[in-house]
Amino acid sequence: MLEIKNLHARIAEDGTEILRGVDLTVKPGEVAAIMGPNGSGKSTLSYVIAGRDDYEVTEGDILWNGESILEMDPAERAAAGVFLAFQYPMEIPGVPTMEFLKTALNAQRTSRGEEALKIPEMLKRVKAASSELEMDISMLKRPLNVGFSGGEKKRAEILQMKLLEPKLCVLDETDSGLDIDALKVVADGVNHLRSEDRAFLVITHYQRLLNHIVPDSVHVLYKGRVIRSGGKELALQLEDQGYAEIIGEAA
Amino acid sequence: MTAHTLIKNTQAESALIDAFAKSIDTLPGAATTTTARKTAIGGISTRGLPTRRVEEWHYTDLRNRLKTVPEGDARASGDALNALAEGIARIDLFDGNVPSDLPTGVQVTHLRDLLERGELDRSLAPADPEDVIGALNAAFVSHGAALTIDAGAKLDKPLELSASHGPGQAHLRVPVSVGADVEATIVERQTGEGAAFVTGVVDLTVGDDANVLWVLVQEQAVDTDQLTQMKFRLGKNARLTLAILNAGGRLVRHEIRGVLEGEGGDFQMRCVNLLGGESHVDVTMVLDHIVPNTTGTEIVRNIATGKASGVFQGQIRVAKEAQKTDARMACNTLLVSDEADFSAKPELEIFADDVACGHGATVAEIDEAHLFYLMSRGIPENRARALLVKAFVAEILEELDHEAISEALVSKVDDWFSKNG
Ligand SMILES: Nc1ncnc2c1ncn2[C@@H]1O[C@H](COP(=O)(O)OP(=O)(O)OP(=O)(O)O)[C@@H](O)[C@H]1O
Ligand SMILES: [Mg+2]
Repeated sequence: MLEIKNLHARIAEDGTEILRGVDLTVKPGEVAAIMGPNGSGKSTLSYVIAGRDDYEVTEGDILWNGESILEMDPAERAAAGVFLAFQYPMEIPGVPTMEFLKTALNAQRTSRGEEALKIPEMLKRVKAASSELEMDISMLKRPLNVGFSGGEKKRAEILQMKLLEPKLCVLDETDSGLDIDALKVVADGVNHLRSEDRAFLVITHYQRLLNHIVPDSVHVLYKGRVIRSGGKELALQLEDQGYAEIIGEAA
Repeated sequence: MTAHTLIKNTQAESALIDAFAKSIDTLPGAATTTTARKTAIGGISTRGLPTRRVEEWHYTDLRNRLKTVPEGDARASGDALNALAEGIARIDLFDGNVPSDLPTGVQVTHLRDLLERGELDRSLAPADPEDVIGALNAAFVSHGAALTIDAGAKLDKPLELSASHGPGQAHLRVPVSVGADVEATIVERQTGEGAAFVTGVVDLTVGDDANVLWVLVQEQAVDTDQLTQMKFRLGKNARLTLAILNAGGRLVRHEIRGVLEGEGGDFQMRCVNLLGGESHVDVTMVLDHIVPNTTGTEIVRNIATGKASGVFQGQIRVAKEAQKTDARMACNTLLVSDEADFSAKPELEIFADDVACGHGATVAEIDEAHLFYLMSRGIPENRARALLVKAFVAEILEELDHEAISEALVSKVDDWFSKNG
């Protein structure tokens, strides 16, 4: 279970406060959608969960299965099951994709006391996951994300997620940049991963994604705070009316 | 030999002079060759090896750094050395024998034969007084092979030139003449074991419209000092891609002296210097654009660990006639240890007025965003850093026109990291 309590975070470099008291609980098996206008702090929240040190937590806590993860570095959080599918996945020239996948998977496995995977088993899994996501495996011969189109990068994020089998999946606008068919493929991929012991935080601007990945709860983030929570109908209401009314009520 | 010595010779200088006196009678060559050799060593015995006061040698004080010169011929059998990748025809520069799988259109001649016939006399003359590598090599050269590639030949496999040496001295020379319209990939291996002093000169002429990928892999041992040089001339619309991986040696200097002689010529250099231990590696390039419409891009990436030091001097000279020259040079260094250092001296000397030229030298750092991305996948910080350090150099080796060679180079980088990382 993820429990975010009165989370305040600021940009480390200049001290600008972005998150101003986020409260949010996501239970195992739950899919929580996070919506909110541009600049409201959604990506920042995802980064703070993943442990990016460009941000400083000044107040509050993030508990994962009852324990604070704030002192853990990003790799330790990943080993504890946290995964962030980036809004803008990075291109890393010079790092071969397969080597990266193998290193990541085996680092997580060893940190959990599991045996490292051998290359053939690894390849088998990568092939299975990429065919499910309708990705051409030859892309993975390239350096990490280098030259991938916007949509290909998003698929590659989900491919990583499938391989790493995290317990907390944070998807930051995975739908943006995907064409209509790709959206369905990726959503199916996510839906396959839905299970009782896995929680999702799905950040999106559009109902379209939520038609495919039907959320259990919807939360509206505004100026670094959750100003409204509801069921899946809240997203439909937003699609219809925009944020103005809810923001007005919160003010 | 010169009658009066103006300076007190260092141990290494004396060893060189003695070695010359001992071997001159047995070194291969016509009478005229012997004269050329004596002239070459004469310059060194009168002036001594260059110190930091000689501009070209400012960052590599050869006189101070070259402590000893071992005796004896370092010739050894290269049988133990595997070709860089599969399907490469290997020429051992010590025996100069022609491999049975030599691609058609390639002729190999023993260097010894050329020396005996006096055919190399002219090219043995050092380019200028600072051309100490040319002079040392001219004085002692005894091994090597000359390559001629017939016009129009498209080699169906790469050639590999290797001279894996043992302890002692090895002095090699490789004149290469590439005909017009040739496609060729040539790999040069510099490796061996035991305390050694190696000099080498490659003298390459690339004909019009030819396209050559030249890959130099230097993996000398920690007790080998090596001074080498590549001279090249490019014809019209000729293209030379020079990929260099320096991953070994104690004192290493590699000079590149290139001239773009024909319009449309293009020179691409991708140079990776992996500096570890107490090694000192100096890559010094002088590139002349002397006709209109030539291009050149040189990218140098360095990783320095331990107490290593490195140097890149890159001088691009654009003659007055060489309008529309496009010349770019970048040298980036990642200093992994506080005790390592790197000196970069990029220089543009431009006499033409209609050119596009640029250069930069930077000290690079690991990109924190990349580090976060890797760590967010569960890769511990030290592993993630190591991946990114490697990526910094692998990036420029990845895109060579020969996939198997690219991969082999990247795996050499891996090897180096597993020893020095
Ligand atoms: N590292 C940073 N440096 C400067 N400003 C930042 C940084 N990170 C976030 N911000 C600012 O914080 C605010 C919240 O940004 P964030 O990316 O979290 O918004 P978002 O809700 O994800 O928006 P979008 O819907 O456009 O993706 C924005 O005003 C942004 O400019
Ligand atoms: Mg965002």
